[in-house]
Amino acid sequence: MVKHVVARCLDIGEGQQKRVSVAGRDICVFNIKGSFFALLDRCPHEGASLSHGFRVGLVTSSSPGCFQYSRESEMVKCPWHGWEFDIKTGQSWCAPKKVRVRPYPADVESGDDLVKGPYVADSFPVSLDGQYVVIDL
Amino acid sequence: MNVHVAEKPVASEEVVTGIYDCDIHPMLKKQDGLLQYFEPRWRQHAVHYMEFLRTPFLGPTPYPKASPALSRRDSWPPAGGPPGSDLSFMQEQHLTPNGIECGILQPLFPNASKQRNDEFAAAACRAVNLWQRAEWTSQERRLRASIVVPQEFAEASVAEIEKWKDESDFAQILLSPKANEPLGYRRYWPIYEAAERHDIPLGIHVGGVSGRPSSAAGHSSFYIEEHHSQVQAMQALAASLVVEGVLERFPKLKVIFIESGVAWVPAMAWRLDSLWTQFKDEVPHLKRPPSEYIRDHFWFTTQPADEPEKAEHLRQVFDWIGWDKILFASDYPHWDYDDPRYAIKCGMNKSEKAMVFRDNARKVFGGRA
Repeated sequence: MVKHVVARCLDIGEGQQKRVSVAGRDICVFNIKGSFFALLDRCPHEGASLSHGFRVGLVTSSSPGCFQYSRESEMVKCPWHGWEFDIKTGQSWCAPKKVRVRPYPADVESGDDLVKGPYVADSFPVSLDGQYVVIDL
Repeated sequence: MNVHVAEKPVASEEVVTGIYDCDIHPMLKKQDGLLQYFEPRWRQHAVHYMEFLRTPFLGPTPYPKASPALSRRDSWPPAGGPPGSDLSFMQEQHLTPNGIECGILQPLFPNASKQRNDEFAAAACRAVNLWQRAEWTSQERRLRASIVVPQEFAEASVAEIEKWKDESDFAQILLSPKANEPLGYRRYWPIYEAAERHDIPLGIHVGGVSGRPSSAAGHSSFYIEEHHSQVQAMQALAASLVVEGVLERFPKLKVIFIESGVAWVPAMAWRLDSLWTQFKDEVPHLKRPPSEYIRDHFWFTTQPADEPEKAEHLRQVFDWIGWDKILFASDYPHWDYDDPRYAIKCGMNKSEKAMVFRDNARKVFGGRA
């Protein structure tokens, strides 16, 4: 596994997401309340780019007419057919065991540590006092 | 039980080149963008009186359509305007990367054909047809237009068909399924007569307004129900076209059912056949079983692709309908868009793929596409 520096933390605000290209793969990096998660940017249904998707929370119901809303902004809804995926695990909401998006480990590393290596910075400029999103591929 | 974890969409092994996409939706860049295509007398009417559809609701549909502008969230053109309004973005996002050799346009908004003022409907349809040529088919040779007609006003519909009949960039006559009466009724037969005489297929695309609830059981509460109720309307008018004798009277007529998927067709055909054997004296004008009329005269677009749990069951449905009657469609840029690489999830051999994605469409549109 190689660690790739893909973005500055500042580039992806809370509740936002960004598509990055890592070693030939399109990956979407999500910021959920300051923590970062990464999924392959391709919906398993028909291949849409999840980075264009809407961020939603989880709506559950114990019976018709009763609703609970939780985990705001932790699900991404495919921009085409609306399939919802748990950003933290990649699992689809409707069929969590059968259908999922490939997740990738994502961490935050400081510029100071990155400079010491062994990190692949690709063409990404790293400065000592920045915070960076690093993906393990 | 084999649980296959789907992480990536199943793609066709071999790519069919020169795909025919039987359903693309162009949109106006701005709401008043159609006005320039009206004659002055009707331009004034459009501005002062606007539209007047057969519905008690403010717009053509009482249901929000799950996604802004009913469209894929990634289909908003960067240069502005709603999805489907920018030809160069359509080329860049859909026509070229998906290898579309021919795309059939179905303009749904504004709703010209169902305007309640008959003369205005005729003028609005003329404007939509002029717009399709001016801003779409004359600029992109891969696109074909639909002749939009004021279908409740048969005489004016025939006049509109006569105007465009020799124009090779117009591939079909577009009808709305939510007509004032089921489409098999005699009041619509002049349209079919003209279509048959000029060998132009009819395209019936889901949607439209009738003033009636979207389902035969009443107004539905959820968009999921409303989405599916479009299929019910298509079933009803398919039966009407068969049972009223339209296909017996116009033996060369071709009808394409657009955006209702395919899985509902075989069961309806079986049922009609069984009823026909019991009630032959009610319909002596039907010389053949309903399923034969369906087999000979109807084509069906794939979108939205039916997705049975076992993908291979879809092959059975195609077997029952006839592989030569299936037409690929994307529905670009709507949210229920089907990607030609991934939407049809059953296996297909090379010749089946060529039929579904290209050759069946070439045949049904004849020299028009």
